[in-house]
Amino acid sequence: MSVYIDKSSRVLIQGITGRDGSFHARQMREYGTNVVAGVTPGKGGQKFDGEVPIFDTVADAVAETNASVSVIYVPPPFAADAMMEAAAAGVALIVCITEGVPVLDMTRVYPYVKELGARLIGPNCPGLITPGECKVGIIPGSICTPGSVGVVSRSGTLTYEVVDQLTRAGIGQSTCVGIGGDPINGTSFIDVLQAFENDPKTKAIAMMGEIGGTDEQEAARFVHEKMKKPVIGFIAGQTAPPGRRMGHAGAIISGSAGTAAEKLEAFEKAGIGIARRPKDFVELLRARL
Amino acid sequence: MNIHEYQAKEILRREGVPIPPGEIATTPAQIEQIARRIGGMVVVKAQVHAGGRGKAGGVKLAKTPAEAAAIGKKILGMQIKGLTVEKVLVTAAADIETEAYVGIIIDRASKRAVFMVSPAGGIDIEEVAASDPDKIMRIPVDPRYGLQPFESMRMGFFLYKDIAKARAAARIVQQLYRAFIDSGASLAEINPLVTTPDGEVIAVDAKMVIDDNELDRRPDIAALRDESAEETSELQARRANLTFIKLEGDVGCIVNGAGLAMATMDLVKYYGGEPANFLDIGGSSNPEKVVNALRIITADAGVKAILFNIFGGITRTDDVANGIVTATKQSPLTVPLVIRLTGTNEEVALKILAENGFTATNDMDEAVQRVVVLAKGGAA
Repeated sequence: MSVYIDKSSRVLIQGITGRDGSFHARQMREYGTNVVAGVTPGKGGQKFDGEVPIFDTVADAVAETNASVSVIYVPPPFAADAMMEAAAAGVALIVCITEGVPVLDMTRVYPYVKELGARLIGPNCPGLITPGECKVGIIPGSICTPGSVGVVSRSGTLTYEVVDQLTRAGIGQSTCVGIGGDPINGTSFIDVLQAFENDPKTKAIAMMGEIGGTDEQEAARFVHEKMKKPVIGFIAGQTAPPGRRMGHAGAIISGSAGTAAEKLEAFEKAGIGIARRPKDFVELLRARL
Repeated sequence: MNIHEYQAKEILRREGVPIPPGEIATTPAQIEQIARRIGGMVVVKAQVHAGGRGKAGGVKLAKTPAEAAAIGKKILGMQIKGLTVEKVLVTAAADIETEAYVGIIIDRASKRAVFMVSPAGGIDIEEVAASDPDKIMRIPVDPRYGLQPFESMRMGFFLYKDIAKARAAARIVQQLYRAFIDSGASLAEINPLVTTPDGEVIAVDAKMVIDDNELDRRPDIAALRDESAEETSELQARRANLTFIKLEGDVGCIVNGAGLAMATMDLVKYYGGEPANFLDIGGSSNPEKVVNALRIITADAGVKAILFNIFGGITRTDDVANGIVTATKQSPLTVPLVIRLTGTNEEVALKILAENGFTATNDMDEAVQRVVVLAKGGAA
C-alpha cells in the first residue's frame, strides 16, 4: 500500500518531447514507472525513445492506453489548459510540475478539476514518489528508500534534503508528496494527511511547510482533531522579511499573517512534534516508529 | 511586481473610475507648472514602493503652486523605508466628506478572488479586520461567472445608504474588477474611496500588485516596472534570472531551491549567525548562474563569509563546482567560502573542487556552523 501511486499506476506525460519532459520521462522509466503514453500536439503517431506512443491529445492517449495518472511539463502559459484537458479526459490524478502558472488561471482550473472529480497535485511541485514502486515527477529516486514514513512538503529541494537524511539514517518512506509552492494548488496538506492516515503502510508523517497562507494552520487543526498517527512538522522561512516573495509565489508574509512563528504555534498546540532543523526529523521520527 | 500609485490610477482611469486629475513630476519646477494647470489646492505624493508614505512625510497638501514646489523639493530625494523618492504625483486635492475602502485580492483559502469593502476607509484594512470585523463585507467572485451586478450593488449599499452613491460605488467596484483581471493583478485596492460634499464618489488613492507570473503574457503591464525603485543588487539578480532578496546579516547564502534556501537562512540564525540574503539559483543551474550569484553576493560589503548549500537533484553539483572555480578565478574572493554539496554528480564536483584547492562537505549542519564561525572572524 501507499498513497496516490503504486506499481500499477499507468502514467502519461504531457509535454513528453520537451526539454524537461523528455529528461524526466527517461528518469521515470529508469525508476520503473509504467509510462504508457506521451502527449505533444502535432507529434501524434510517433514514439518516444522508440517505445512510448505519443498522441496529439490527452483524450486520444487515455482512450488508447487507459492512463490514470498524468504528469505535466508544459510551459506556464499552456499549463492551465493542460490541467483542464487532463481532467476532461477522465484522468484521475494530475500532477503539474510547471512553475510560473498565473494565479488567476488557477482560480479557474481548481473548480474545473474538482467538479470532474480528479485530484490535482501542484502546480510548481516536484511531484510524488512511492519508493521502489513508482515515481511521478522529478524527485530523485536515488535518495528514497521504501519504508513507513509519509512525507508531505511545499518545497522541492528541502524535501530532498530531509528524505536524504532519513534514508541515510535507515528510515524509509511510504510515499513522498510535494504539494507545491504556489498560493493556489490542487492538493492541500490536509488532503495528503488524510491519505496517510488511511494508508496502513504509513506509520508516521513528516510535514514540511513554509511561510505564507494558512494551509499549515488548518493542517494542524486536522491533525489534532482527526489523526491518530504521529506527525512531525517543520516550517521554513523563520528569518524571512514580511512582504517579500521568497522564491515560491506562495511564500510571502502578507501584513502580519502567515509567519513561521504563527504556524509553529499552531503545530505546538496540535501536538505536532517540531523539527527546528531539517536533521531533527531523524530523531523525532525514530522515537515514534 | 509592485506598480506606483500613479500607474495604478492610470489603469483604473482607463476603466472609467473617477479620479482627480494629476500628473507625475521629477523636479520642483515641473511640480509648480502642474499645480498651476490643476489650479486650487493640490497634494504632492511621493511615488515609492512602500506603505506608510503619509506618516513618513511623503504626502503633503499645498495651497499655491509655489508652496507645492517648495514641498516637492523636500519630498524629492527623501528616503522612505530605505527607498529614495525619484518622482512625485501632483494631484488635485479632493474635498473629503467620508472615506471608504474597496479592495480585491486573491484569497488562498477559498482559492478565489475576493472583494473586501468597508465604510471605514483611509486606514490599514488589516487593522479594521482585527478591531472591527463587522465593518468589512467580503464577496468571493466565482471565476466562471465573474462579478455579478447584484454582488456589486450589495457592496455599494454596504458602503452608502444613498442610492445614487451606492450605484456609483457599484460601478467603481465593477471597474476595479475589470482592471484586476485585465492586468493580471494579485491585489487591487482603492483606499480611500471618498464622497465629496457635492455627492460625488471618487478614488483618491490606489494600489495594485501584479502577479509576476502574468508578466510574460502582458508586455504592456511588464513595461510599467520601475527599475529605479528596485534595490541595485536585486535588479542585477533579476536580470541574471536569480531570485535574490537582500537582508541585513553577514553570511552570504547561495542555495538551490526556495524551500532549502529559506531553511538554510533559518539554520544560519539557529547557529547564532545572521543571513545576508536569500538567493535561489534555481533548478537547472549552469555555471554562469553561479558566477553571477557570487558577483552579486560579494558586492555586498556587509558579507563576511559565504556559504554554498547545494542539493543536487536536477541541479548538477559539477555545474556548480565549475561555476565556483570560474567565478573565483575571474575575481578572487576576499572573504572565506564554505561549500556544502551533495547529490547528482557529487564525486565529479568534489574532484573539480579539490583540484582547484577548495574543500567541501556533504553535511548541511556542519557547513552552516562553520560559516557562522568564519563570519564572526573565527577560525574554521
